[in-house]
Amino acid sequence: MGMWFFLFTEILFFGGMFLLYSIYRYKYALDFHSGAAEENIILGTINTCILLTSSFTIALSIGAIKKGLKNLSLRLQFATILMGLAFLVIKYFEWTAKINLGIYPDSPVLLKLSKGEILFFGLYYVMTGLHGLHVLVGVVVISFMFYFTRSGTINRDDNARLENTGLYWHFVDIVWIYLYPLFYLIT
Amino acid sequence: MKEKYAEDHIVPTGTYTAVWLALLILLAATISVAKLRLLAQFSVLGSLVIASVKAGLVLAFFMHLKYEGRFLKGMLTIALSALTLLIGLTFVDVWLR
Amino acid sequence: MISEGTGDTGAGFYERTKKYRWVIAEWMMSTDHKRIGVMYLMALLSFFSVGVVLGFTIRLSLLAPGLLVGQQTYNELFTLHGVIQIFLFIIPGIPVAFGNIFLPILIGAKDVAFPRINRLSWWLYVTGAILVLTSILMKGGPPDTGWTFYAPYSIRTPANISTAVMGVFVLGFSSILTGLNFVTTIHRMRAPGMGWFRMPAFPWTLYATGWVQMLATPVLAITLLFIFLGRVFGVGFFDPTKGGDPILYEHLFWMYSHPAVYIMVLPAMGIISEIVPVFARRSLFGYVAVCMSALGIAIVGYAVWGHHMFTSGMSDTARVIFSFVSFLVAVPSGVKIFNWVSTLYKGSIETDAPLLFALSFIFLFSIGGLTGLIIGALATNLHLHGTYFIVGHFHYVMFGGAGFSILAALHYWFPKITGRMYDERFAKLGWLNLFIGFNILYFSMFVLGFQGMPRRYFDYPSQYHTGHVISTMGSWFLAIGLVIIFANLIRSIFKGVKAPMNPWGGKTLEWTIPSPLPRENFEEIPVITRGPYSYEEEAR
Repeated sequence: MGMWFFLFTEILFFGGMFLLYSIYRYKYALDFHSGAAEENIILGTINTCILLTSSFTIALSIGAIKKGLKNLSLRLQFATILMGLAFLVIKYFEWTAKINLGIYPDSPVLLKLSKGEILFFGLYYVMTGLHGLHVLVGVVVISFMFYFTRSGTINRDDNARLENTGLYWHFVDIVWIYLYPLFYLIT
Repeated sequence: MKEKYAEDHIVPTGTYTAVWLALLILLAATISVAKLRLLAQFSVLGSLVIASVKAGLVLAFFMHLKYEGRFLKGMLTIALSALTLLIGLTFVDVWLR
Repeated sequence: MISEGTGDTGAGFYERTKKYRWVIAEWMMSTDHKRIGVMYLMALLSFFSVGVVLGFTIRLSLLAPGLLVGQQTYNELFTLHGVIQIFLFIIPGIPVAFGNIFLPILIGAKDVAFPRINRLSWWLYVTGAILVLTSILMKGGPPDTGWTFYAPYSIRTPANISTAVMGVFVLGFSSILTGLNFVTTIHRMRAPGMGWFRMPAFPWTLYATGWVQMLATPVLAITLLFIFLGRVFGVGFFDPTKGGDPILYEHLFWMYSHPAVYIMVLPAMGIISEIVPVFARRSLFGYVAVCMSALGIAIVGYAVWGHHMFTSGMSDTARVIFSFVSFLVAVPSGVKIFNWVSTLYKGSIETDAPLLFALSFIFLFSIGGLTGLIIGALATNLHLHGTYFIVGHFHYVMFGGAGFSILAALHYWFPKITGRMYDERFAKLGWLNLFIGFNILYFSMFVLGFQGMPRRYFDYPSQYHTGHVISTMGSWFLAIGLVIIFANLIRSIFKGVKAPMNPWGGKTLEWTIPSPLPRENFEEIPVITRGPYSYEEEAR
């Protein structure tokens, strides 16, 4: 229950950002369209697949440990961690590509663009950045769960911690499910 | 006094797999909708609707919400309603200025 | 019946466990809700005192602007006064102090749901406080934007805004965790037999407050993060030169800060609901309505934030909606006031200090609330926004409301926390001074505001001088009152008469265990068979 409450606070936290996004999109619709056109749809789609699948694997890993299948659970958790890291690596490439083009907050290149585009890219960095931070935290936490599962602290009868971790990870996935169309697809 | 929360219910692997496939299909759908180059508002709306269906699937099955008690579902509704209210009232300002 | 027994007069939960060599380590590492609550209480009262001194200085400066402090310093003074009183005192306020100490006991539990997260909340509070205080001392100067940190000035000013908002961010996280903890505790840990409607009113308000803490504070967190990002990375969400909209900042800021005032006042109302029945020796009138109105205030209060922004440039439709809902929120508040007064009616009144403070609450909060209606109306708001009328209004509700409630709780639960009784005569003397000083200090602000004196202004035209002098003199009485009250309480910790288990004849669970509180709340978790207030059986 506690983890659900924490996720509610996260809904409001990210919600504030989505609020800004929606208001500014309304005000600068055209600029947001052209901003989104600059995004790399292929990388974004790959990342979406990765996160969706990672939700799948962690859900399976919880099912596995509840059936007492420790090694299967470990492998699935490991897969989730790998996918989380892959997501971050791809994000890193996306960001560096943009930074090399001179598009980052307060850059001279950015400030020459239209107001709506300045806002779009600002929101892009902040929202995907905070999301990425949450992914990173998730990867670290799942790693801890991996360790606990291996040592037996998390087992068939006592696996609430893994379940809660799963809830957090699914939430991170859901945020991306919304970020993806808003930044990549709406052109 | 404790409210009833989900008993230890293990979701079958098959269900998880079906949900995952559905998510991937919806992902393809959302890209198709984007490529259709609909009118701006519909494009946003369409993408958000599909995104919400995906989110709903994750919530219901991966996050177990379908099998949880009324209380939890109610509380999630409260949280989402709060966010909707915030965004909605702000729009009442910006939209009608 | 009022207990004549002396109860356990040992050291209770203060007794050293010898697990750590240093007393400080033992306390700072404790997960005992009572110890955490007491530590919070000490911190809160210390920060309150600092805030009072700042306020006192502001009033002194206004006697003769420029003589005591310069313009920049004045801006810093009122900013710090607000930040400290709001973020370090009154928002954490009742939940972290009295909520922590008494919530588990009131519902018959051993501790909160997540004791280690409780300890984390305390550590985060300390960290946030240190960050805020650091911002005062760092090069660049203390924040000078007002506690509201409005953009774009907060992005451009050379003062130490980044550190300060980081501190408030951390404090917010502490608040979120406390709310989460309390809501889970109330859901999961009530004693057997304690259904929702056998739970006393104070936990009900803590429940409603916990939801507000969870659902409103994150919005402040993201908003402050945007200010930080704006200052450090140039992300211009509220900067017009980069396409941003400063009014959006105001929206986001008040989306938290209005519900925040309910975080301040709902638990305060819960305490009044506990005290009035005890000192009127009557059950709380309309108990269910009182509990439901707490939820009502929390819910409706979530949709009124725009009333802080009526003159900022919002659309007319938005303004009408916000004004209307602001009027609505007065209804559940009125329900509570009505029910407290009805509880007193035909009661057997004991005018001890806790009741005096509680009665003051009812009176002062009513004035504050009624003036809130005046400024909630669009036409009058146009004239009164940004004037001293607002300053008077919020001091009446926040200080006269939540502040007096804290003083009431301090006196009410003093025997339970310390094991001693305070001196009743000095308590009454302090109260009288405080009450008189308070009204002189703040009522004159209504007059000043009505006459047009703007708030946050370092100086003013001579026509307002008399009003300011009267107000400042009120602050001196108020200060004397506070000194008497706190000197009395501090002295009584050491020299007070040993307190019995139930000096007031209360009916809630904390009066069934020894004074001071024992290490283990209950030897055996009680089974609850009746509602929380039952004075009527006794009267027969």
